[in-house]
Amino acid sequence: MTTKIAPPWETKRSLVVKAEEETSPRYGHKPEEHPIQEHIQHGIINLDKPPGPSSHEVTAWVKRILHLKQAGHGGTLEASDSAGETPR
Amino acid sequence: MTGVLPIALEEATKVIQALLLSGKEYVCVMRLHAQVPEERVKAVLEEFCGTIYQRPPIRASVKRRLRTRKIYYLTLLESDGKSVLFNVGCEAGTYIRKLCYDLGEALGCGAHMRELRRTRAGPFIEDDSLVTLHHLSYMFTLWQENHDETLLRKFIYPMEKALEILPKMYIRDSAVDAVCHGAHLAAPGVLSLETGIKPNDAVAVFTQKGEAVALARALASTEEILRMDHGLVAKTQRVLMPRGVYPKMWRGSP
Repeated sequence: MTTKIAPPWETKRSLVVKAEEETSPRYGHKPEEHPIQEHIQHGIINLDKPPGPSSHEVTAWVKRILHLKQAGHGGTLEASDSAGETPR
Repeated sequence: MTGVLPIALEEATKVIQALLLSGKEYVCVMRLHAQVPEERVKAVLEEFCGTIYQRPPIRASVKRRLRTRKIYYLTLLESDGKSVLFNVGCEAGTYIRKLCYDLGEALGCGAHMRELRRTRAGPFIEDDSLVTLHHLSYMFTLWQENHDETLLRKFIYPMEKALEILPKMYIRDSAVDAVCHGAHLAAPGVLSLETGIKPNDAVAVFTQKGEAVALARALASTEEILRMDHGLVAKTQRVLMPRGVYPKMWRGSP
């Protein structure tokens, strides 16, 4: 009845060159070479969400822990059913 | 519900859009409302692979109309006839609680979701990079009090990580600031790109240094773009880099 669909994370890609040109060292820098403060400001963490609180609450805690003004999560994971937030 | 929850900090919140649209993987415990032989559960799981119809649950953040979602795989890990442990890879926006309910209907006995853990959100997986809130707070203290940034550096990814599974286009230094101002990407600006891009695919635009410039939608395939010497190749959808990091090398100021 249905056909198998491969997950997008399994797609193998390779790089093809269209034209060559050097990049100038005068502007920009490799993402891993940011000073630590900037590294945090452009960072993303892979958080292991604890079961109780909502994704939103957890994000607020991360903001507080790292002293940030702004943070956001990538895809809500509902709070645990014991928290009474979701219907059984 | 626990597991992989990528959290973007400050400037990086701009890449969240890409993560929200990325596929997810979960490990789930489903409770069946009657004893069912393992073979039968396996057969029904198999049936739900591919494109399924799903109506979002009552407490959902989207309009409750029937929509299709892709299920990449649905693998039974363990079953005692009533509790079923399975692994599911699915498109963004698939409700697993609803999937369990629907699996129960298909089995005829009814079922509900008991426990859920996310093991993947786009490029983020359950690996050594996963941090707990406690660990995060420890790493921050270590930096604040001992000026030791090694752990923070190790566990905070640059925002480019979120774009890892999107097809990429690398552009000339001279094209960067134009894209930062919202311009669409034209063929001469492209230096290299990844294979398998089709028109309308979401793509990520990078500098040659590997910095994310923008999220865009491809207007042509990899093969077509390689042959093009003029015309637009991608429509800029979300600018990720602030203006002025690269020099303004385009003509005609606004």
